[in-house]
Amino acid sequence: MVFITAVCVFFAAGITLAIIYFFFKYHRKTPDAIGVATREDARLEAAWIIVPLILAMVMFSWGAVIYVDYRHTPADTLDIYVIGKQWMWKVQQPNGVKEINELHVPVGRNIRLTLASEDVIHDFFVPAFRVKMDVIPGNNHYNTMWFRPTKPGRYHFFCSQYCGTNHALMGGWVTVMEPTDYAAWLSGSGAGDNPVATGEKLFAEKACVTCHLSNGTGRAPSLNGMYGAQVLLADGTTVTADEAYIRESILQPNAKIVAGYAPLMPPYQGQLTEEQIIALTAYIKSLQSQPVPAKGSGVAPAGRAETGPATEKR
Amino acid sequence: MSTTPPDPERELPDTHYLNATYGAGIRSWLLTTDHKRIALLYLASVTVFFFIGGVFATLIRIHLLTPGGALVSPETYNKLFTMHGVAMIFFFLIPSIPAVLGNFLIPIMIGAKDLAFPRINLLSWYLYIIGGAFVLYSFSTGGLDTGWTFYTPLSSIYSNSAVTPAVIGIFINGFSSILTGLNFVVTIHTMRAPGMTWFRLPLFVWAHYATSLVMILGTPVVAITLLLAALERIFHLGFFNPALGGDPILFQHLFWFYSHPAVYIMVLPAMGVVSEIIPTFARKPIFGYSFIAGSSIAIAVIGFFVWAHHMFVTGESTYAALAFSFLSYLVAIPSAVKVFNWTATLYKGSISWHAPMLYALGFIGLFTIGGLTGLFLACLGLDIHIHDTYFVVAHFHYIMVGGAVMGYVGGLHFWWPKITGRLYPKGLSEFAAVVLFIGFNLTFFPQFILGYLGMPRRYHNYPPEFQVLNVLSTAGASILAVGYLLPMLYLIWSMRYGKIAGPNPWPATGLEWKTDSPPPTENFHVTPVVDWEPYDYKNRPDLGLAGSRPLAPAHGND
Repeated sequence: MVFITAVCVFFAAGITLAIIYFFFKYHRKTPDAIGVATREDARLEAAWIIVPLILAMVMFSWGAVIYVDYRHTPADTLDIYVIGKQWMWKVQQPNGVKEINELHVPVGRNIRLTLASEDVIHDFFVPAFRVKMDVIPGNNHYNTMWFRPTKPGRYHFFCSQYCGTNHALMGGWVTVMEPTDYAAWLSGSGAGDNPVATGEKLFAEKACVTCHLSNGTGRAPSLNGMYGAQVLLADGTTVTADEAYIRESILQPNAKIVAGYAPLMPPYQGQLTEEQIIALTAYIKSLQSQPVPAKGSGVAPAGRAETGPATEKR
Repeated sequence: MSTTPPDPERELPDTHYLNATYGAGIRSWLLTTDHKRIALLYLASVTVFFFIGGVFATLIRIHLLTPGGALVSPETYNKLFTMHGVAMIFFFLIPSIPAVLGNFLIPIMIGAKDLAFPRINLLSWYLYIIGGAFVLYSFSTGGLDTGWTFYTPLSSIYSNSAVTPAVIGIFINGFSSILTGLNFVVTIHTMRAPGMTWFRLPLFVWAHYATSLVMILGTPVVAITLLLAALERIFHLGFFNPALGGDPILFQHLFWFYSHPAVYIMVLPAMGVVSEIIPTFARKPIFGYSFIAGSSIAIAVIGFFVWAHHMFVTGESTYAALAFSFLSYLVAIPSAVKVFNWTATLYKGSISWHAPMLYALGFIGLFTIGGLTGLFLACLGLDIHIHDTYFVVAHFHYIMVGGAVMGYVGGLHFWWPKITGRLYPKGLSEFAAVVLFIGFNLTFFPQFILGYLGMPRRYHNYPPEFQVLNVLSTAGASILAVGYLLPMLYLIWSMRYGKIAGPNPWPATGLEWKTDSPPPTENFHVTPVVDWEPYDYKNRPDLGLAGSRPLAPAHGND
């Protein structure tokens, strides 16, 4: 940052001063005077191509390192869901506590925000933390962003992708708290619905449970232990069962079919809110520690035999 | 040895393109195929759109005087900045220099009688007018509130404003741009006068050649993209709407594939103007002719491969972001080469203080700031913070207004004596150039700071801590407005009352200055033969300057 600014100020000042100096130094002496033609110099041209190129590559590398770090979320994060809709932000803490246009986080933890939109593209922007990320509606897409707050306080956040009439009102405050205060705040905020419990209820209500039997004997694969694992698909490829995959499989199940199953599941596109999808995902994540049945799972651990003759959808 | 100073008794030529009989009255303009008259049709029509866009900008700046918004409702504010962008970009900046100055000058500069396809040239203007009519219809029947970028699904599903007519208007206008580009390319290839080799072409022509390539290759993409958005809006076909299986990010890729190169459509011609003005008022050959010409082509080519730098925080793949950041740094180099060469041209020149020169030097200063702040935005780590803030707004106004508009106004001042045959008031025009420069900086420099502090774009209200800088910006905008109104007034005044200019008032070396001012309909009375190198003052006794000598075979420098 300092380097880029210094280089830019140096060049801007240099060019400006050179122009002003030449402008007065070589001001026309008599009305019919002409200038002295200067010989072109290929070495000079080469120099002012190569030197800026080197400086530019330094800037590029510096920015690239920061960006790669920003896009690579560390492992031990506190996961919070953020949903944008015209024109408000809905936040859900890990224990289910919900906030609107407010985000409470503990100091010194890596915070990961999973971003979803119910309508148009938004962008979650916290200027004080130097982070932003677009919030994009779609079937197989969650953007995530992470940051590590270092100082307790209240900080503005904004929507920075134009999203319609009240775009400018779609902002709020991040409150960074000491971990103990955060814990107290979480428990004092009235226990929100536990997202896992909500998800389990939805799993029954939406009839997911009728096919996705946990013991692997259903018409769809058991979801036990699936989250984070490799899933073998009908076309022979594997995919990591992350949040984006789960989301896509709920909304558009036919996009990726688990090997050995038929495409029977109806798409839930338009039938679930973003919050319901998040709750279902939380429930499926909670099954991660459950035992994987030997048969009837999409999970493709090394060496496990392909599931039986059942021809069903995951 | 030198000829007399400007003769106050000069007269306009008896017949020229403005008074030649083409037919009666208004029809002689509306049915003309003379590139010079068509250029003036464009001049009038882009000025109308500049004025409309300027009124929107004025209202925006007044509204932002107070944190809560001083003037209009949120809906109206969103329409104002959208319509400001659409009017200024598609109907002023993109056609301004190519369709006005390029149209007027390219045939004369290369010694041709007209463009290769005079009727298609007129068709281009009519397409522009029809497209413009659709857009004005959209503005006046509900307005447009999608942002000039038309991001989906906001534009294709959620907006309640008159998106469809605006998109159709821009679609039609695109063909005007494509046809103009084709006309220029064919003309430059096939209609150069004897002796006008490629490396004797004025750099203005090189710049327009590069611009034309971008127009021809880029414009169809944005036309089709906007058409898809319109189809999605009208017939609910799912191209970009995720609820219909579309991908909203796809729109951004397609849109920026044109709209980033479009920045070069705006600024390359301005660079061409500056490359003409600087050697004229320094009275010496431009430094690094072939590097400036080559850098125009390099910008046009590399400019096609940087589009996704508008999308670093959309969640695009990290590898894509790395590649596009790298390429964005590469495209900065040819621009830097131009700036260095222009500055070096001043060295040992014989520099004079005329309005066109002040605009050209102002261009270099403002374009340099605009270009250097582009390095901040191309930097991946920094862009996470400043993307979609006022930093971006300031950056592209430095390029488009500080660069393209300064170039356009400077070019108008430079060739005004050729276009009208008359001079404008010297002192007043220099004063206006200084006012424009100061007003511009006062308007837009504070916006860099606003953006860095975190004020997002397109906000109809803002937290109170941003007010001081916004007030400063609005104050600057009122000075800037004076800087635009003054030239409008005295240029119009000069058409009737200005002093007669004569063929070559500066004097300049280009072919366009060898013919009458205003030129005859056929541009030259006899086909010119070019036997001098570009921007050469030394071997041009016909310019009547001290130090010129007759063209001698095997001459050396100095």
